[in-house]
Amino acid sequence: MKEDILLEVKNLKTHFITSKGTAKAVDGLDFVLKKGETLGIVGESGCGKSITSLSILRLIPSPPGKIVDGQILLHGKDLVEMSDQEIRKIRGNQISMIFQEPMTSLNPVIPVGEQIAEALRLHQKLSRKQAWEKAVEMIRLVGIPAPEKRAKQEPYQLSGGMRQRVMIAMALACTPEVLIADEPTTALDVTIQAQILELMKDLQRKIGMGIIFITHDLGVVAEMCDKVAVMYAGQIVEYQTTANLFKTPLHPYTQGLIGSLPKLYEDQEELQIIEGTVPSPYDYPTGCRFADRCPFVQDLCRNQQPEIIHVEDSQQVRCWKYTDQWKEELVKEEVIL
Amino acid sequence: MTKSIAIEEATELVSIRRKLRKEKRQLFFRTIGQNKAAVVGGFIILFYLSLTILAPVLAPFDPFEIELEDKLQGPSTEHWMGTDDKGRDILSRILYGSRLSLAVGFSSVLFGAFFGILLGLIAGYYGKWVDTIISRSLDVMLAFPGILLALAIISALGPSLINVTIAVGVFSIPLFARIVRGSTMEVKNLEYIDAIRTLGANDFIIIFRHIFPNILSPIIVQGSLRLATAILSAAGLSFLGLGAQPPSPEWGAMLSSGRDFLFTAPYMAIFPGIMISVLVLGFNLFGDGLRDALDPRMKK
Amino acid sequence: MLLFILKRLAQVVPVIFGVTLVVFLIMQMVPGDPAIIMAGEGASTETVEQLREDLGLNEPLHVQYFSYIGNILQGSLGNSLKNNQPVLDEILIRLPITMELAFFSILITIVLGLTAGIISAVKPYSVSDISVMVVALLGISLPSFWLGLLLMYTFSIKLQWLPVAGWDSFAHIILPAITLGAGGAAIVARMTRSSMLEVIGQDYVRTARAKGLKEHTIIYKHALRNALIPVITVVGLQFGSLLGGTVIVESVFAINGLGRMIVDAIRTRDIPMVQGGVLVASLVFVFVNLLVDVMYKVFNKRIDLN
Repeated sequence: MKEDILLEVKNLKTHFITSKGTAKAVDGLDFVLKKGETLGIVGESGCGKSITSLSILRLIPSPPGKIVDGQILLHGKDLVEMSDQEIRKIRGNQISMIFQEPMTSLNPVIPVGEQIAEALRLHQKLSRKQAWEKAVEMIRLVGIPAPEKRAKQEPYQLSGGMRQRVMIAMALACTPEVLIADEPTTALDVTIQAQILELMKDLQRKIGMGIIFITHDLGVVAEMCDKVAVMYAGQIVEYQTTANLFKTPLHPYTQGLIGSLPKLYEDQEELQIIEGTVPSPYDYPTGCRFADRCPFVQDLCRNQQPEIIHVEDSQQVRCWKYTDQWKEELVKEEVIL
Repeated sequence: MTKSIAIEEATELVSIRRKLRKEKRQLFFRTIGQNKAAVVGGFIILFYLSLTILAPVLAPFDPFEIELEDKLQGPSTEHWMGTDDKGRDILSRILYGSRLSLAVGFSSVLFGAFFGILLGLIAGYYGKWVDTIISRSLDVMLAFPGILLALAIISALGPSLINVTIAVGVFSIPLFARIVRGSTMEVKNLEYIDAIRTLGANDFIIIFRHIFPNILSPIIVQGSLRLATAILSAAGLSFLGLGAQPPSPEWGAMLSSGRDFLFTAPYMAIFPGIMISVLVLGFNLFGDGLRDALDPRMKK
Repeated sequence: MLLFILKRLAQVVPVIFGVTLVVFLIMQMVPGDPAIIMAGEGASTETVEQLREDLGLNEPLHVQYFSYIGNILQGSLGNSLKNNQPVLDEILIRLPITMELAFFSILITIVLGLTAGIISAVKPYSVSDISVMVVALLGISLPSFWLGLLLMYTFSIKLQWLPVAGWDSFAHIILPAITLGAGGAAIVARMTRSSMLEVIGQDYVRTARAKGLKEHTIIYKHALRNALIPVITVVGLQFGSLLGGTVIVESVFAINGLGRMIVDAIRTRDIPMVQGGVLVASLVFVFVNLLVDVMYKVFNKRIDLN
């Protein structure tokens, strides 16, 4: 099954070195993306999920940002070690990205067709005419009517939903193996959102790429993803299949997140919220980063950081609750009491 | 909604605002102290200010004394910057000239700032037709390219340094007025101004006690940058023979007479030019630094 | 778009009237009697009185203003007090010279300013950036008349590469154009730098990077086009100070343009000449500003609606 692995991230650390100190935005990340699979990365804003996505294509503004440790392996080749020229050949070709803000992510003074075609000319060495025809073809593929006309227009002439379709067309033009979608539907209306998600699933079936789907919306995760990594304060705290995640969330943070979702068929007095705030990336606590907000917190949690542990075969969690030490701790407490 | 603000609430809003302003001021002085450009510019300005005070002490010769047998001597140990075509010591003249440049610069900017701020406050606060009339008039003044408006004024008043001061000052009015108008319109819509009004303040108090202190920073920045331009323009007009008249040691006028001896005595034109450039540089540095300190957004 | 141009034109008309009014009023403030100046010293009282009548100086102020406007509309800017020739004729000889100087100066402002600004912005805080910005700071601090003299001394007197003064060949244009364009170039360079830095931080530049485009393409195709938009306005404003600057630069290099004409006319108290010169220069500036505004609108349309 090893050959199915498209992208493997190992111990990724992206830090921002500023005059205020070092912000550990991404602090030791491991995950795997397989062919045709959709991996969700969820978390609150500021948890490092967007920095993760930018790190993969090495788009972190530097300085102050820097990948200080770890590997990002595409078919076993490390993107972190690549020269600028090599990574440029990967960008938009083998790995593509869709950004959150379709309003500002397209260049306002260049016709959208040209914005799609330039990547085709660059990576697939198409002629000007071929690239343009392919661009028009892509615009048709993402379901925009009158693609010939639209291709010649500039972004301000397109609606928000259409612009995001154009972004998708642009990202998929060179049939990438990996698509990173960073909150692709957050800025859109709910109906448009559903259409765009449907389109992405449809195109994934056609092209067969792996998708890394970054979002803060568990509803979108449920709809789109095969596996989910839950991020908190620069680390993955839980990593398992989507179905299991909703059935048996392990980490108290995940439980909180799911608890805060409105449920359609259950009587709910009120939605749960997670009390407290996220620790500053400049100054993480020594122990578990969620300790201050965790309802189950023990001394152990505050003193030492938990490692990722495998609970069941495919369930991973970063929490002391699922360790032997935790049981000992509880026993000790009972003895004292 | 305005009326519904209770008195205590309003008083509190006002005091919060005062405290905020004080904090902002403290922060400003701290940032400006860290801004290298502003510090360097400030030192240059201080240096020139001290020259104006110390000129009589420092000047080795009488700046007006004509010694024709000493004319057009190059720089030497006796005459550090040489002598001019009338045998006067250039260094002494330059030292005395710093008074003229600074005086013209400051007075013209104060002149322009006074009328500009007044017009800007009125236009921004009252809006409507008052604003329309003032703004259109400012547009007309800005329709004159560069120093041409100053030239037209001088042609009416006659060439002299005082008239140059007025002319350059008039030219600054629309620039101050525009900035003040914009800031006033922003500030007057703040909730706290409503609060003051419920406390019974009249327009005069609102404008001068409450709006004006809030829009000082852009005025100060503009003032510093305008000083640079005003000194340049005034020197330029004197260079054209429309400002300070000989034998005045005004730098622009000195440069103008130096031009005739560019072949034989280039130092006559060089030293006054350096003096003007460094002073203008000082004000530009200071103004840039001020702007960065006051407007963190502009800092890259 | 057409509507915008018409609206903008409608705004220009009152400005032009305002300009004529200001010019007219300033000239009214001139001490001394134009009729006496024109008649010359020692002319008889009757001659002066006759001249006053002919010039309409006995009419009330507003009548004089309307006849002034009327004359302008008929293409007359009055006659020179010095040689009684039509002011407009003299201006039409001088204006092309000044416009030529202004054209080459603005060319230097744009080309030099943009190049320097881009060099700076591509590698912020590098040695090249800092040196460009230091030179730009000097550029806005040097008085043009001094820069002109320095250039003249270096290139005309010492090196003898270029003519000292005058307006006969292309070589004559070089130094005055550099002198006049340098200050604007410095301002454009600073503006381009900050505009570029802002654009480089935009989402669409990140998108361009994510596509794998080369840095060169990103800078020149994706960033520069957007960064230029605010620079257009600055260039337009620079044209104004540049027109004003011709007054000084033409005097330094002894060029017989409109600027020098105005200065000479002030010295000889030739009021109609000053009036006409200032008016025409202002009209040119108003027109250029109109053009710049329309250009800005055309380029900015896309961004406005974002």
